[in-house]
Amino acid sequence: MSLDSIPIQAFLIISSALFCIGIWGLLNSRNAVRVLMSIELMLNAVNINLMTFSSYIDNNLIQGQVFTIFVITVAAAEAAVGLAILLSLYRNRVTVDMESFNLLKW
Amino acid sequence: MSIAITTQIICFTVLSLVILIGALGVVLLESIVYSAFLLGGVFMSVAGLYLLLNASFVAAAQVLVYVGAVNVLIIFAIMLVNKKEDLKPINDIKSRRIISTSICLTLLSLLIRVDLTNVWNLSSPQNSIGEESTIRIGEHLFSDYLLPFEVASVLLLMAMIGAIVLARRDVMSKDISTGLPVDQELIEKSSEPLLTNKN
Repeated sequence: MSLDSIPIQAFLIISSALFCIGIWGLLNSRNAVRVLMSIELMLNAVNINLMTFSSYIDNNLIQGQVFTIFVITVAAAEAAVGLAILLSLYRNRVTVDMESFNLLKW
Repeated sequence: MSIAITTQIICFTVLSLVILIGALGVVLLESIVYSAFLLGGVFMSVAGLYLLLNASFVAAAQVLVYVGAVNVLIIFAIMLVNKKEDLKPINDIKSRRIISTSICLTLLSLLIRVDLTNVWNLSSPQNSIGEESTIRIGEHLFSDYLLPFEVASVLLLMAMIGAIVLARRDVMSKDISTGLPVDQELIEKSSEPLLTNKN
């Protein structure tokens, strides 16, 4: 078997697995910081997908790379605001346990 | 890319193993500090994958923004909220675990099936643009993606102001709810939380 490049499916499977690990962490972690980390993992999986398609399908215009730059920007803003919310939540509740943030539960 | 295909495959295998094992460690490890450092490793390996895909500019941006900013921010947040606490046990944790794991595995099998069965319409010359991609990204950012580029700067400004407003401590001489004088020292005294847990 001879290849001239890594098959596109390999990159796509890595990104799918990373996305599913992120979802599992988002659903199962009780520490709020870990929830934010899982969201970052999912954003990275999406970025790998965009970069793969940009390189294999659209390698002349590379619009996927531009999209990845924007996703990285939004992820940085999201992390900053999310951690600030977490800090003020911790100040009011003195815990980071996700189960105790039930003010909006009905 | 000028690297031989065998080297590419070896690099890809190592990087993807680091990504998957690191990501599993991030979600599964008990200590949150280990998770944060493993997350940095995952981000670095994702940057390595971008290099394999011939995108050096995005790889550099990934290292600068994710490892240099987001990961450091997460480590600082862990430092600020790191208190050992005994978590209250949840009574239906078993069924929750089973349901969420089965949902994730189903989604994973669906995605992998789509990845493997779909016929991708690949363009024939692989990576023809190569190192010119940085120039091409710059052209995109200042021509057809100019409006998103400007809006992104406004978004970053809003995020900065929002983070400062949310995270600062109010400097007031009196507490609003209790009327007692507020101590302005650096270390927070243990005070009654404003929102007490009802149940």
